[in-house]
Amino acid sequence: MSDIASSKRVIPDRLGSKTSRLLASWEVLLFGVAVLIFVFNSFASPYFLNAWNLSDATFNFTEKAMIAFAMALLVIAGEIDLSVAAIIALASTAMGAAAQAGIGTPGLVAIGIGTGLVCGAFNGLLVAGLRLPSIVVTIGTMSLFRGISYIVLGDQAYGKYPASFAYFGQGYVAWVFSFEFALFILLAMVFGILLHATNFGRQVYVIGNNEFAARFSGIPVERVKFILFLLTGVMAGVASVCLTSRLGSTRPSIAQGWELEVVTMVVLGGVSILGGAGTIAGVVIAAFVMGLVTFGLGLLNVPGIVMSIFVGLLLIITIAIPIIARRIKEMS
Amino acid sequence: MNGVTKIQDRSPQPAPTTEAMPILEMRGISQIFPGVKALDGVSIKLYPGQVTALIGENGAGKSTLVKILTGIYRPNEGEILIDGVPTTFTSAQAAIDAGVTAIHQETVLFDELSVAENIFLGHAPRTRFGTIDWRRINSGAKALMLQLESEIDPTIRLRDLSIAQRHLVAIARALSVEARIVIMDEPTAALSRKEIDDLFRIVEGLKRQGKAILFISHKFDEVYEIAENFVVFRDGRAVGQGRLKQTPQDEIVRLMVGRDVKDVFPKVEVRIGAPVFRVENYCHPTEFRDISFELRRGEILGLYGLIGAGRSELCQSLFGVTRPSSGRLVLEGKSLDIRSSGDAIRAGIVYVPEERGRHGLALPMPIFQNMSLPSLGKTSRSGFLKAANELALARKYAERLDLRAAALSVPVGTLSGGNQQKVVIGKWLATQPKVIVLDEPTKGIDIGSKAAVHAFIGELAAEGLSIIMVSSELPEILGMSDRVMVMREGLAAGIFEREALSAEALVRAATGNQ
Repeated sequence: MSDIASSKRVIPDRLGSKTSRLLASWEVLLFGVAVLIFVFNSFASPYFLNAWNLSDATFNFTEKAMIAFAMALLVIAGEIDLSVAAIIALASTAMGAAAQAGIGTPGLVAIGIGTGLVCGAFNGLLVAGLRLPSIVVTIGTMSLFRGISYIVLGDQAYGKYPASFAYFGQGYVAWVFSFEFALFILLAMVFGILLHATNFGRQVYVIGNNEFAARFSGIPVERVKFILFLLTGVMAGVASVCLTSRLGSTRPSIAQGWELEVVTMVVLGGVSILGGAGTIAGVVIAAFVMGLVTFGLGLLNVPGIVMSIFVGLLLIITIAIPIIARRIKEMS
Repeated sequence: MNGVTKIQDRSPQPAPTTEAMPILEMRGISQIFPGVKALDGVSIKLYPGQVTALIGENGAGKSTLVKILTGIYRPNEGEILIDGVPTTFTSAQAAIDAGVTAIHQETVLFDELSVAENIFLGHAPRTRFGTIDWRRINSGAKALMLQLESEIDPTIRLRDLSIAQRHLVAIARALSVEARIVIMDEPTAALSRKEIDDLFRIVEGLKRQGKAILFISHKFDEVYEIAENFVVFRDGRAVGQGRLKQTPQDEIVRLMVGRDVKDVFPKVEVRIGAPVFRVENYCHPTEFRDISFELRRGEILGLYGLIGAGRSELCQSLFGVTRPSSGRLVLEGKSLDIRSSGDAIRAGIVYVPEERGRHGLALPMPIFQNMSLPSLGKTSRSGFLKAANELALARKYAERLDLRAAALSVPVGTLSGGNQQKVVIGKWLATQPKVIVLDEPTKGIDIGSKAAVHAFIGELAAEGLSIIMVSSELPEILGMSDRVMVMREGLAAGIFEREALSAEALVRAATGNQ
């Protein structure tokens, strides 16, 4: 021990200053993109810089972002859930049927979120319990959940929701701030704390980085994964309540294709699709970026199909730039 | 040693060797990696129609030699002569073109392809239109399999074959390129006795065709049965070679182990205390049976055996990663029910795995987060992380282990192998265990770090920790252990007290030779 004591050197906790680490982060780059789009939009359209218009724009992303928070954790842990949009449809169908039967607003909310919980538990059981690959399982449950909606509804729609139910998708907490936006901010904080400040969040990162090492370190890998699927299902249920409330009706095609937009938001936010890395702050900024792009293009009367081309390009470019930049740096 | 007499009974082979011309000769080959001289001036000769056994401990340089012969590494010094002509292997293909082929421990074949496709992959006969000539592939494969006395249908997919049959396919593949020099890298590791007999008949056939064979094995009985010549490697040097017939086994073991163990591993004298941990009749459905032993306070129990003897599997089941089929664990008088590694950690048993990167660390994550991982319950407050506590814990063990790192927040993956190992050990010490299981604690780390790890293991024992140390390196086992349990084919082949320890006794117990 004596020779070790004599050669003892102090290892610093961290390298560089806090600001230099922050400046090098993905989130700051993405924030820069968001600002650019904001400035561009405000020049391109005279209607953009209007508090109520901007408030309307948030509805483009709030519901998707709620799911994206939970999805981010799932992707960081090395799994994925492609059935989230189908869970929205099934939960919305369940709420529609219940509303038809005369159940009140609190009951509808419980049914919506409860359906999400059950669907999430089903996914979790198949992935964590039976150790099946999540991408296959959730492609299967995607067809299953939405298929049930189609069987129940056919080409019909549920539309008779109680008046008070409209608050979740159409109500405002204060001035231009909608209930959905407030919920989005609250959930961002809850998931941010869960991922970055708790033991559970650390376990999520370790599982995504090295599942073997996680298991060898005493982390209950299956239990963590099950909880993550449960959370994602619940968030899809919450999003279903908001979306159904906003639209005031349920069709089986509700939220069609949202699973890919949610995954896009997560990846754009800097979450590694291979697992192990990413932040909630990144997902929040990515949500704003996607919302601003679609809103700005909408003001310019760009059709929806062109918008999706833009979002796709945005995703590829933002992913490619840092990788190409690193390669150039390595070559020189 | 019936192996020796057998050889004498049947030796119609051309009389050796001094006058015969070697097919392949390596002269003064050295291979230098950063910090390690993997091979140091090695010279060997391979003769037609003869088997040369390459013997040595893990890490002695056998695999490096195979990689040079198959064109994967290019040696820093020395030359390779084929039929007396100097040759350099610029690529794996160049080695194949020169007539060298290797059958590896884990044969590199493709499960989803047919037997014939596997055999001819990369050199398939073509039709005149340039497409693959399936008729010739299948008939060629059939002919090769018949040559090996096997009637495996060449169109069957590889995944449907047994391990022994796959070996035949690998051999057929080696023959299909008309190799003159065949390297067999522990070909019998996964085979039953009958399959080994079949394999040896094939080897005899290859000898009759005049091929030179380099046969790598740990098992002395096999070596004496099949080989004419031997080369012993130790620490990257060829320390002895000659005719097996004239060399007793003890001599070869001595060459293998070599150095005077006590000088390299100064054992810290520790007062060994009362029994702490007891394993009773531990069984696993496939890997080991009926293992019982006792561990005392401050004691280092060495666990020696060949690869595949069930040592790592035993350790992992003690740690709750795999479940035993029966048996009992007792720690400090209390019976344990360990269902997961979490249970084991809480009980005070920890396991430092052999494969650090794969099982021990989350390489992209910071040092301090890796260190604190199994101790999060202690560093956090009601489920919330406390980075300051984590850093303090990491600092304590980093300093104790003399970790070399730029900062505690850098990813573990940026550290050298030795320093990574320190992080793994620190991570487990931080849980303040009672029993620590070290699986090949110095595998793949440089000499300097090795000595530090050994010194540290000694210190831990002195502090009263009970240690189980798995190692395939005899000097390490002999130098560090208070007692040694030898495992062979899933069974405890003997427990040796320190006074009775000798390299010869351990190797005999591990290989099953009397």
